[in-house]
Amino acid sequence: MAKLSAPPIPSSEVTPESLYYSRRSWLTLVGLAGVASLAPSATAGAQDRWPQGKRGSFDTDEKPNTLREITSYNNFYEFGTDKSDPADNSEDFRPKPWTVRVDGLVKKSEDYRLEDLLKPSVIEDRIYRMRCVEGWSMVIPWRGIPLADIIKRAEPNSKAKYVAFQTVLRKEEMPGQRWPVLEWPYVEGLRLDEALHPLAFMATGLYGQDLPNQNGAPFRLVVPWKYGFKSIKSVVRITLTATEPPTSWNLSAPNEYGFYSNVNPEVDHPRWSQKTERRIGEFGKRKTLKFNGYADQVGSLYAGMDLKKNY
Amino acid sequence: MKVWSKLIALLLGLTPALLLTYNFFTDQLSVNPLDDITDETGTWTLRFVVLTLAISPLRDLTGWTVIARFRRMSGLFAFFYGTLHFFTYLYFDKLFEWAEIIPDLATRRFIVAGFSAWLLMLPLAITSPTFMTRWMGGKAWKRLHRAVYVVAMLGVVHYLWLVKFDITRPAVYGSFVAVLLGYRAWRWWMKHRAVMIEGNKRIAEAKEQ
Repeated sequence: MAKLSAPPIPSSEVTPESLYYSRRSWLTLVGLAGVASLAPSATAGAQDRWPQGKRGSFDTDEKPNTLREITSYNNFYEFGTDKSDPADNSEDFRPKPWTVRVDGLVKKSEDYRLEDLLKPSVIEDRIYRMRCVEGWSMVIPWRGIPLADIIKRAEPNSKAKYVAFQTVLRKEEMPGQRWPVLEWPYVEGLRLDEALHPLAFMATGLYGQDLPNQNGAPFRLVVPWKYGFKSIKSVVRITLTATEPPTSWNLSAPNEYGFYSNVNPEVDHPRWSQKTERRIGEFGKRKTLKFNGYADQVGSLYAGMDLKKNY
Repeated sequence: MKVWSKLIALLLGLTPALLLTYNFFTDQLSVNPLDDITDETGTWTLRFVVLTLAISPLRDLTGWTVIARFRRMSGLFAFFYGTLHFFTYLYFDKLFEWAEIIPDLATRRFIVAGFSAWLLMLPLAITSPTFMTRWMGGKAWKRLHRAVYVVAMLGVVHYLWLVKFDITRPAVYGSFVAVLLGYRAWRWWMKHRAVMIEGNKRIAEAKEQ
């Protein structure tokens, strides 16, 4: 597209939207708007009331994806490996009641009922970009609390350098766990300074409602500057550790998925490019931004680090 | 009768493409429809390659000779879906950005495998009309069209290399291809052995005289 000869335009005048047709406007273009608008929009209710109030300082001003998009296209291998599996196979999952263990190198090691864990914090809404390692992205209005709240309350000791997370293991309710696609339970990890960063978030809802099962109910991590698989779902355990904890995708394919997995257009996946991404709902492709566009906020965490080596 | 059966086969072969088009324009694909198009066209390419390879063994084993008539059409459908698949990648995925495409085609191993398979299908599609067989001579034509064995293997490898972790589906196609190629290897070996035994017999007879 960029190769079409055109007079030079200052980049400040180019809005990304003008470069790309959204899928719907593309349908309009080919004269099928009527057909496109026939699609059922049963999920419109929650969206219509969104956003509520003013945007916070962490919010992107990009248009959020629809609830249907966010809840019908998921990678959550505990319910199957197809994108539609989590929505199709998660109805038996019971996210209530829910207990979270916070332990490891902390003063206050404890099992919390989820309500109690959330109670001391102010529930916030945050509109974040989400970039999947497979090359697609969404904008998602989450609801939840900062991860730092939970960690600080547990009072980590001076030996704590990392935070390990674990997904619930329930073979009866999560059919995907009956197959050894990954090692179960799913585990993830962050460096302590990453976990304490104000962008790191524990979500309990989206579009102002409780998290649907397919999105990691009832309690999941959201680290928007990293590839989606780092944002571990249905978390039951948060452990402070001294050494780098194992992470599921790294265990299964260490040369493809590193511990850090920061969104980075300059470091390709060994099998595909990470330079561009398709925003769900759009026809064209967008350029992928370093740290998924959060470089100003999180770039300093990685000062002096070789991000090609620490992929 | 002959014309009708071909027409029906043609419509059947086009059905996946028509369904995909219909589902795209009525918004019944997933929210990432371009990915679905890539998946579907790729899968149908492999299915038609497997079907094409299955026709001769089926004819041999069942004596049902009529099906051989559909082998060429099945092969051409493999090429048709393979071409749709390739153009989906070139246009929907890469928007004809050659600066990105060319390194992909040359270096990313699953793309190299898929692209090679498509390139190999190209001469097979071009030489598919009967007058081409006549022009080339049956023997040369047959030799060229054995490239479909390589196409099948490359197709499976392409699928295997692109999946993230769950290799069930590529393994299923891989086993079909393995059985169908294994059958041919076995046939070749039996024929070869028969010729050898016959040859040895004649040598022995010659010695006796």
